[in-house]
Amino acid sequence: MDSKVFAIIIGMMLVTYIPRMLPLVVLSKMNIPPLVLNWLKYIPIAVLASLLAPEIFMNETGLDISLNNQMLLAAIPAFIVASLTKNLFYTVFSGMGAIIIISRFLG
Amino acid sequence: MKRKEFLSGVKAALPIVFGYIPVGMAFGVLAAQIGLTVSEVFFMSLLVYAGSGQFVAVSLMSAGASAVAIIFTTFLVNSRHILMSAALVPHVRNIPRWSLPLISYGITDETFAVAMGEVTKENKGELFFLGLNITSQSFWILSTVIGASIGNIIPDPRAFGLHFAMPAMFIALLIMQIKNKKGILLAMLAIGLSILFKSILPGNWNIILATILTATIGVMIEKWTVKYSPSSSG
Repeated sequence: MDSKVFAIIIGMMLVTYIPRMLPLVVLSKMNIPPLVLNWLKYIPIAVLASLLAPEIFMNETGLDISLNNQMLLAAIPAFIVASLTKNLFYTVFSGMGAIIIISRFLG
Repeated sequence: MKRKEFLSGVKAALPIVFGYIPVGMAFGVLAAQIGLTVSEVFFMSLLVYAGSGQFVAVSLMSAGASAVAIIFTTFLVNSRHILMSAALVPHVRNIPRWSLPLISYGITDETFAVAMGEVTKENKGELFFLGLNITSQSFWILSTVIGASIGNIIPDPRAFGLHFAMPAMFIALLIMQIKNKKGILLAMLAIGLSILFKSILPGNWNIILATILTATIGVMIEKWTVKYSPSSSG
């Protein structure tokens, strides 16, 4: 293996692992103030919505809310199935099924 | 009992596996095209284990960026894990401390989302997290190595709808986190902010900024509601 590539991988490992590890290991030893705990409880919704939004509402050039946006169209049945079933598998399979059908008709 | 808990983590990882297979193979193909060997791809997926970080690093390598630039950019792209790691803290109170450095090694967008979905239902032990993380990372490593080994002869994952596996998973996990009207409001706020920041800022800043702002506004709404309607609780 190329030693420069290996050095880069080790460097990447350190800068990826430390932010993952420090908050969990350090904060779990401390008494967190209620205000911070309150703040943390909103992180899952906020981070999931932030991760999802560009995937379904944007293409390479920017915002795309149109019938050409297949990801957005497939998101509609996925949202409905998720709301009705609260089930990860049903949502993933119906979303994948929807995008296959949509790309057949529109692609 | 222990075996059962580990297996519940393995089972929780299955939707992640669906998403990692196409993304991991795409990464392997790209890495091979810019000249990384199969063993370099293997070690990167084993030691770094961060989808978007690996993609960004490989495209910087192909552009001839310096090692320092690649490592610093990887840090920026992956710094959102700070928030996820912190958000897990209230849910690891009963987990032995020795396992925390190990569990945190496997925090990704996807394992975090699945773990939060599960721990809000019931408390989970370290074996659940390890089952979830080991399964997810094994398939990440495997998919990237297969991608790097067979290069361009893999079929188009779009034909199987696999490119929608990850967004669909985020949709399900988001819906499962939303418990009331305030949750809907905050999700819509985060979606709007994320799109706004993605449009005006490079890279992944939209995720960190939209998350921090949304959580802060969530706390402020809570303070405001408590202040003006003292009879209501929570």
